[in-house]
Amino acid sequence: MSHFYTDVDHFALLPAIILALFGCAIFLFDALLEARTRRWQLCLVLPGLAITGWQLWKQGQVGPFTAFHGALTIDPFSLFFNWLFLLTAALVALISYRYLEIENEHQGEYYGLVLMAQAGAYFLATGTELITLFIGLETMSLSFYVLVGFLREKRRSNEAALKYLLLGAFSSGILAYGFSILYGIAGTTYLSDIAVAVAARPAFDPLTLIAILTIATGVLFKISAAPFHMWAPDTYEGAPTAVTAFLAVGSKIASLALLLRLFLGPLASAREAWEPLMVLAAVASLTVGNLAAITQTSAKRLLAYSSIAHAGYLLLGLIAGNSTGLQGIAIYTGAYVFMTIGAFLVLIAVHGDEIEDLNGFARRHPAYAIPMVVFLLSLAGLPPTAGFLGKYYIFLALIESGRYTLALVGAVYVAVSLFYYFRLVRSMFLLPTSLTVPPVPTSLGLRIALGATGFVTLGAGLYPEPFLQLAARSLLK
Amino acid sequence: MPWLSSLLALPLLGVVVLLFIPGSARGLIRWWANGVLLAGLALALPLWQHFDRAVIGYQFVERVPWIPSLGAQYLLGLDGISLLLVLLTALLGPLASLASWNAIEDRTKEFYAMLLLLQAGMIGLFLALDLLLFFVFFEVVLVPMYFLIGIWGAERRLYAAIKFFLYTLAGSVILLLGIIGLYWLGTQQLAHPTFELPELLKLKLPLDAQRWLFWAFFAGFAIKVPMVPFHTWLPDAHTEAPTAGSVLLAGVLLKMGTYGLIRFSLPLFPEAAREAAPLLAILSIVAILYGALISLVQTDWKRLVAYSSVSHMGFCTLGIAALNANGLAGSVLQQINHGISTSLLFLLVGFAYERRHSRQIADYGGLAVVMPRFAFVFAVAVFSSAGLPLLNGFIGEFVILQGAFTANRTWAAFAVLGIVLGAAYLLWLYQRTMLGDLRHEANRGLADLSPREWATVLPLIALALAIGLYPQPYFAVLERPVLELVGRLAR
Repeated sequence: MSHFYTDVDHFALLPAIILALFGCAIFLFDALLEARTRRWQLCLVLPGLAITGWQLWKQGQVGPFTAFHGALTIDPFSLFFNWLFLLTAALVALISYRYLEIENEHQGEYYGLVLMAQAGAYFLATGTELITLFIGLETMSLSFYVLVGFLREKRRSNEAALKYLLLGAFSSGILAYGFSILYGIAGTTYLSDIAVAVAARPAFDPLTLIAILTIATGVLFKISAAPFHMWAPDTYEGAPTAVTAFLAVGSKIASLALLLRLFLGPLASAREAWEPLMVLAAVASLTVGNLAAITQTSAKRLLAYSSIAHAGYLLLGLIAGNSTGLQGIAIYTGAYVFMTIGAFLVLIAVHGDEIEDLNGFARRHPAYAIPMVVFLLSLAGLPPTAGFLGKYYIFLALIESGRYTLALVGAVYVAVSLFYYFRLVRSMFLLPTSLTVPPVPTSLGLRIALGATGFVTLGAGLYPEPFLQLAARSLLK
Repeated sequence: MPWLSSLLALPLLGVVVLLFIPGSARGLIRWWANGVLLAGLALALPLWQHFDRAVIGYQFVERVPWIPSLGAQYLLGLDGISLLLVLLTALLGPLASLASWNAIEDRTKEFYAMLLLLQAGMIGLFLALDLLLFFVFFEVVLVPMYFLIGIWGAERRLYAAIKFFLYTLAGSVILLLGIIGLYWLGTQQLAHPTFELPELLKLKLPLDAQRWLFWAFFAGFAIKVPMVPFHTWLPDAHTEAPTAGSVLLAGVLLKMGTYGLIRFSLPLFPEAAREAAPLLAILSIVAILYGALISLVQTDWKRLVAYSSVSHMGFCTLGIAALNANGLAGSVLQQINHGISTSLLFLLVGFAYERRHSRQIADYGGLAVVMPRFAFVFAVAVFSSAGLPLLNGFIGEFVILQGAFTANRTWAAFAVLGIVLGAAYLLWLYQRTMLGDLRHEANRGLADLSPREWATVLPLIALALAIGLYPQPYFAVLERPVLELVGRLAR
């Protein structure tokens, strides 16, 4: 290996290379294979993810290290998020199979795009240099723009993709602008050096403020926090349901990783300046997400608004700023992956986007409806589910740091959120079946994903210790 | 043998087995669920024998680490207060289930699964000595009750179910913040995180912190009781719920609030409790009088019984507000009494509804002519609820009033009015439904109590008489924990 590309660099880059290689292989096979056999591309995704997982495991065996002169950092933080991306991608691949078949859009490239998105996300968790982060973000976002519009025949899907593309590109531009200002302040793109430069500047320095404002705008857009959430409901609704799940989980937590890297890294010293902004965004997200969700008639839109609210809770963990808060973010994101994918996969099984389509679902398919109750309870944050622990830690962090009002606001919105989550339960269990009953497109993949998400959502609530240990190790440095 | 855990696990085991019984085998499902609940009662009853009345503190304690990182434990234990409530729950569970034998034709399997889940949650709540575990049960109970009301309830069930859930949840998220706050203070003072009640009782909390925490806990418990002005969920939930749901709601779920006040709020925050007592007493008296007056004007039989719960639970909270031995012991006993008498009333309303499919008082009248045995049992229920001497209600109310009188004579004076009003609406209800001529032809052919119905009401009647005639054993059980609590409050 040359001086420019050492073994260590290779080791740090390998998971992304594997993901990209498998992604490209899928694109290639897609051109070669006949239409009927393309669906078997799923069989390439899982080995690709498995090998990536093996590499991540090997990374975990050695201590934290940096590569490419500090552009990539492998630490518990990156490993935690990368494992979550891996699980997300695997679950999404599993729930997509039958969905795509029904929508008659079974193209292998779908799976290739999932892997490419994950390759981009890899750099968001691992990158500690502005250009690397930005390229990672764009790689991921580009894959998502295509995925959202994957149902070529459907107008809604196209509309969603266009909206997401235009607003997403705009927000990326603003983010890049913020990055350029950081570069201007520090004269370097490495986060550790920027941290020193930012800390050396006076408090409420106008240049830093502009950087914070623009970066916050870009990142808050990506995690779909208010007031930059407008794209989310339309995009979530129009996108193929499996992609919506991927977007709500994969894209959100990858962007969250970026947000944490920036605001706990180079911008940590300017906390005084960005904290009020984050408080504003968190409270606005909680309010907009929870209140707007109440009036939705589409289950997908309802979950979209609820995911805005979840962004608010995650921000509260950042605002608290103590180790409990970080642990809370880790637990919350871990729980969020499983409960959100679980809820969306039930929507796939229902094969309808409207809340009405759920009517009488429990009678027809209790095996899906009962786990759905668990997912919804967890999303609302009721014990004994994983979601409760996430909220518990966030509230504890807020109380520890003396932010009682924010804790109260967060707690009150738990009760509000239950109201709309239980509108779905009401449809499934309490209302009679609507006349047209589409078949449930179950498949082995869907059932495996249902079992896995249900098991973790409930299991982590009943016996949380292993999960708490895991979370404590991952985000605490 | 881990006795308390078996008590908790038995209904859960019942649910698991129930899942494997095909939904079409209704008979088998009924037998199984009733059998499991009855076995639970059989398992719980010997606790009464083995409970050592002379011991201070908790008995049959079981302790397993649950979430070591948080310091939460799976910690179960009993003292006299929880013993009585556990036994009440163990009794009302099978009775509610037995009363529903013929009432639930639709989705029978789900119904009994919910009853069993509910039973596990209620038992667990009274056994838990770990605050987090307690909170988990406090919330877990909501889900099966939501389904019981929402699926098998009356016309406005959808509204009543979500109203019940949201109201209680709104209180319990505040309670959660209180628990977290207490936990945080405890972690600082004890140098190790814990939710264990006996450990938390060692804390020396500044008055200011006590106040905040007391009111946070109060929000959760007062809504559950419910105390005026948080009572508006109650009439809807109780009226719309199926008979089993009403029985368990009134009989057990309401006690979770008063139990929480006695078990957590008073001993953990004694000084704040002393400060808050007058306000608590005033709210209780308002509840007693307001509940009674509202009951007077009801035209719906079941709704009348529901509102009477507001009034009767007012006595329980008044006893708590008195903060002395009589008040507290009377309050716990009155919780049991209310569980017995209101369950009886709801059961009988349910029986009448199954026959006639109406809850309107005007649709009845003169039932004593066609259903003399029903009328007799209803008379016992009414007298028990109204607090007639020699029946259970009298003892409880009397001791509470004694306690209230010692604390503040005015309170007692107003509360006594509630007894008069209580007698008025209950006797008037009796007169309008049971006495006089048979006004409606539809009522002529009504069958009297069946053996199964006798089986559900007899244990309650027997217990009402037993407590009314010789209440000493119950006070003996309560003596230690109540004196301990009064000691803490006086410090």
